[in-house]
Amino acid sequence: MTDATTSPAGSPASTGKPILQVSDVHAAYGMVRVLHGIDLEVRDGEVVVVLGANGAGKTTTMRAICGLVDTTGSIRLDGKEIVGKKSADVARLGVAHVPQGRGTFADLSVEDNLQVGAFVRKDKEIRSDIDRWYEVFPVLGERRQQQAGTLSGGEQQMLAVARALMGRPRLLLLDEPSLGLAPMIVQNVFRNLQSIREEFGTTMLVVEQNANLALGIADRGYVIEAGRIVLSGTADELSSDDAVRAAYLGY
Amino acid sequence: MELFLARLFDGLSSGATYAVIAVALVLIYKATTLINFAQGELAMLGSFFAYILAIEQGIPLYLAIVLAMLLSAVLAAGIERVLIRPFDPADHLPLVIITLGLFLVINAVAGMIWGFDPRSFPRMFPEGDVWSMGIARLRWYTVGTMATVLVLLVLLTLLLKKTKIGLAFRAVSSNLESSGLVGVRAGPTLQFGWMLATAVGTLAGALFVADPFRQLDPTWAQRVLIFAAAAAVLGGLDSLWGALAGGIILGLVESMVVGYVDWIPNQMGLAAAVVAIIIVLVIRPNGLFGSKAVERV
Ligand SMILES: Nc1ncnc2c1ncn2[C@@H]1O[C@H](COP(=O)(O)OP(=O)(O)O)[C@@H](O)[C@H]1O
Ligand SMILES: [Mg+2]
Repeated sequence: MTDATTSPAGSPASTGKPILQVSDVHAAYGMVRVLHGIDLEVRDGEVVVVLGANGAGKTTTMRAICGLVDTTGSIRLDGKEIVGKKSADVARLGVAHVPQGRGTFADLSVEDNLQVGAFVRKDKEIRSDIDRWYEVFPVLGERRQQQAGTLSGGEQQMLAVARALMGRPRLLLLDEPSLGLAPMIVQNVFRNLQSIREEFGTTMLVVEQNANLALGIADRGYVIEAGRIVLSGTADELSSDDAVRAAYLGY
Repeated sequence: MELFLARLFDGLSSGATYAVIAVALVLIYKATTLINFAQGELAMLGSFFAYILAIEQGIPLYLAIVLAMLLSAVLAAGIERVLIRPFDPADHLPLVIITLGLFLVINAVAGMIWGFDPRSFPRMFPEGDVWSMGIARLRWYTVGTMATVLVLLVLLTLLLKKTKIGLAFRAVSSNLESSGLVGVRAGPTLQFGWMLATAVGTLAGALFVADPFRQLDPTWAQRVLIFAAAAAVLGGLDSLWGALAGGIILGLVESMVVGYVDWIPNQMGLAAAVVAIIIVLVIRPNGLFGSKAVERV
């Protein structure tokens, strides 16, 4: 898949104004260069998926956005340059990141995980937000005093999503929410993401290997290979692209 | 019976002071997963601050101790900012070397300024006994120290559990990277940890040298640091109440072993205590109260 199809601005969501603009981003771990000029964009209210094989640089792209890896190029959030900022400062600008492996505060209680998700907020609605997440995910409410590390993988994934949304972010980054979960649980996680999108209109950038499910909730997508974007388009276009079908959809 | 009680009270008394320094070590460990080798020397420095404020400046003792705690916390903030923060928190070797260097520097500077003549620190608690039976004396000092330690631990627990900075501290110590992703700034949070630990260390130092049987000089903390580190390890390294238990157990083992086992000379109390710890750690690798890493995938 070498000749990239560029997407016409076809989907209704892509009429929103851009929240995230990544252009010509390079990143390296020490001497090892991993990203070689990534360009992508996420508009207000969109769900955008990034597909790619293991080691393609998906996680590194997410880490570059959050200031967790040495990065050059330009990353704009609401038009404001954020390359070079520390992760805590990017978070304070409204980017929430559920990292690969979920990044749970394992020895904090479920409740404290949600509290710390709201760390940068100053308003009075933190309590009611926490209670709302307990309604959305009753199992979290039942285990609110339990150490988060004792939850099952699927429960931790939902906790991680709820924790990220406790910060009321402008943009939610999700890195492989299905990783390590049983297929049934993965379905459930994506159903939840779909309903979060419908209810709150959360803008999301989702990295996923399970292309079927990811394209199911996404408006648009990008395919990344060896540190470069090789393809982009609407979810429908990608789903019907022969190369994508062969490589990521398996039919 | 008298001998047993005498040993018990001795053990409690030294155990409580080991415990307070162990608490300071645990605070730093929780923040950085490092043993701060300079912790004992910082406590020694703090005890000199309190001494100077009380004796040379004539400030009332309790106020002098509080001021010394604040002063040492400010010093710790500077140390964290200048010597610790520039280094990668995940790379332990440089940080260990820095705390060892601090240990030597603080010790040398204190020796240069104050010399090695022992001084007697003012009494924090009334002289005399709360209760006694023959040679077994439960001193006011022991009771006061225990009470101070308990109050301190309750306050620290509340601070960590109920305040926002406490939440930030627990988040950073639980998962450094994730705490950045929710907007917690690691630098100031770790700095807070250093300040808190050092203030606690100063209180520990004052308590230690306030024992009428002890004196203040720049060397007192060296032996105590080993005990405190042992107590912290025994308690599980990341548990404040574990540090208290570890300190008390260590104090008791030391005084009982030396008191009852004839062939172990006084000077070997420390070694005996360390052997006890090794035995505990063989049976419970996370210490008595340490949290096992709980993580399901
Ligand atoms: N911490 C690291 N140090 C060195 N190389 C790394 C590190 N993390 C990832 N890499 C390398 O960067 C490349 C991209 O990794 P990553 O972004 O994790 O891929 P993906 O998330 O798409 O599977 C891989 O070749 C990987 O080996
Ligand atoms: Mg990855």
